[in-house]
Amino acid sequence: MAVTLAPGPTATAQRHTRDNSRRLPLGRIAAWIYLGIVVLVTLFPFYWILRTALSNNYKLATNPSSPLPVGFTWGAFERVLGIASTADAQAQGGSGASIDIALYLRNSLVYASVQTVLIVLFSAAAAYAFSRLHWRGRNLVFNILIAALMVPSVFTLLPNFVLVKDLGLSNTFGGLILPGALFQAFTLFFLRQFMLGLSSEVEEAAIIDGAGPFRIFFRIILPMSSAPIATVSLLMFVNAWNDYFWPLLITNSENVQPLTLALGVFKQSSPQAAPDWAGLMAAALVAALPMLLLFLAFGKRIVNSIGFSGLK
Amino acid sequence: MVVTSQGKLTTPTTPPSAAVTTTATDLGPTPHARKVRSARKPGRSTPTRSAAARRRDLPAALVLILPAVAGFAVFFAYPTLRGIYLSFTDFHVLTPPQWVGLANFQQMFGDDVFWHSLLVTVYFVALSVSFGTLISLVTAVVLHRVTRSSLLRGVILLPFLISNVIAALVWQWMLDPSLGIVNSVLKHLTGHSILFLGSGGWAIPSLAAISVWKWMGYYALLIFAGLQTIPSTIYEAGRVDGASETQMFRRLTVPLLRPILVMVVVLTVINSFQVFDIVQVTTRGGPANASNVLQMYIYDKAFRQFDFGYAATLSLALFALLITVTFTQLRLARANESDLT
Repeated sequence: MAVTLAPGPTATAQRHTRDNSRRLPLGRIAAWIYLGIVVLVTLFPFYWILRTALSNNYKLATNPSSPLPVGFTWGAFERVLGIASTADAQAQGGSGASIDIALYLRNSLVYASVQTVLIVLFSAAAAYAFSRLHWRGRNLVFNILIAALMVPSVFTLLPNFVLVKDLGLSNTFGGLILPGALFQAFTLFFLRQFMLGLSSEVEEAAIIDGAGPFRIFFRIILPMSSAPIATVSLLMFVNAWNDYFWPLLITNSENVQPLTLALGVFKQSSPQAAPDWAGLMAAALVAALPMLLLFLAFGKRIVNSIGFSGLK
Repeated sequence: MVVTSQGKLTTPTTPPSAAVTTTATDLGPTPHARKVRSARKPGRSTPTRSAAARRRDLPAALVLILPAVAGFAVFFAYPTLRGIYLSFTDFHVLTPPQWVGLANFQQMFGDDVFWHSLLVTVYFVALSVSFGTLISLVTAVVLHRVTRSSLLRGVILLPFLISNVIAALVWQWMLDPSLGIVNSVLKHLTGHSILFLGSGGWAIPSLAAISVWKWMGYYALLIFAGLQTIPSTIYEAGRVDGASETQMFRRLTVPLLRPILVMVVVLTVINSFQVFDIVQVTTRGGPANASNVLQMYIYDKAFRQFDFGYAATLSLALFALLITVTFTQLRLARANESDLT
């Protein structure tokens, strides 16, 4: 794709120079054409997932470049959701082996939501202590914690795997969730940065009324921080939902494995010669659907959070 | 993973003034916007807080930070130290690690597969960073010039929201040598088809293209956010002086964007060096090691051959490499300085 896109920039730049005397429309048109290409390349694979998922896997071979589903059928979704009979599945090019997508879906939901809730709660609590409370050694401890940002995850993965295994937690939700549920430098940093900027007036009034730190945290600081908490929760949820490497290391039974791994399983279980692409794409769509729905609901917040988290 | 590494660079790369402005604008409803400035030095300068208050806060603070500190100690500090220790041992999971000194490092320096996979990784990084940054920059600038539509920004962000696994799968399907749409079109146009993921020469460029597709929108939005912090008066001044669009892009936009561009490049480098998911799903390092990136090799050593000690050594090497590259980049780019002030 990079190859197709590469001429874009230069072409735009050249056109910009040429039209300078006349200004506008041409430069603007070139810009829109460029954006059109970018949007097309971005969206096409999504359409192709849908188109393939609605096709009959055997008939896909007869017309590979058809822009519409080939031999339209819901069969692929039925195979993925496990409601197609083995005979039906094989007739349409599936392997007949079924994956229990509902189970994987549950696992992904448990993993992503439990981890998100815990990490955001614990990070908010710590962020509050590091921003609004006053105690000796506060900045020192914070700086030590934040040094974790310097160590890439690749380095802690293997030792963490050994640790979780030693704790007897491999292949459990505990082992899957715990390492990322207590502390993540980014969430802590992000929330503390926001809380530092909060006004202290309400807080001081509460202190005069005799409220203690915990009360202030739950009743005042948490509600006031709802916007960044929502943002960071979304980012964490998306991250956990899409996580692949850690679950791959730590889980091997379908009782715990999230959807990302199930897709791999599904791919391997289909016959090597002719993979069940229709089924795979249907499964991919099911796996991506929650993210797409989140995006429909919170798109603007996610889009704005990118600039914020990157710049701050 | 991204989000974490992204935080990493935020402190050194942006001047605090920019930080305050974005906090205020991007969080939407901000009654505190003005107060942010005045409250910048927390704690130290609050006169109402006495030494007594400090002592009173301490127990609560300890309780509140306990989970985070425990998580840091158990799943971060300890594994980091243990990773360093393991890289000096012979460790096959089932038996306890045995100290072997520098043997793993000697093995690594003489390991052809390691050098090959380092080369492959650098090739992947070079491709995805150069194309990724270039396309993101142009996209962000064009977007910024012609539209404020957040719908359009949302659309280009879509690939960022799906997992690497799905991105890898759909591209593997589209690049399929016989049935993939890309090859159908290619055959139509040129009469040939290309073994994108199945041939030694094309494997890494194809993987880099998938990675660029997945991340382009995200980096474009980072740059876009940076563009929004450049005051429009600067461009008006440029226009009054008769500067052309291209001149303004080269003389104004790029220099003023430098801190963000540096950050984007550093982030892409860090992420690309750790590429794994899309390789594992598509080529598994093949054909014949042609796409055997470092992370893939480490995974292979640890979980196929159960040679954890050596795998830890390889991770340490990757870690050292990442730190060196990042610091060199930050230093070369003088990332802390913005031309805006």
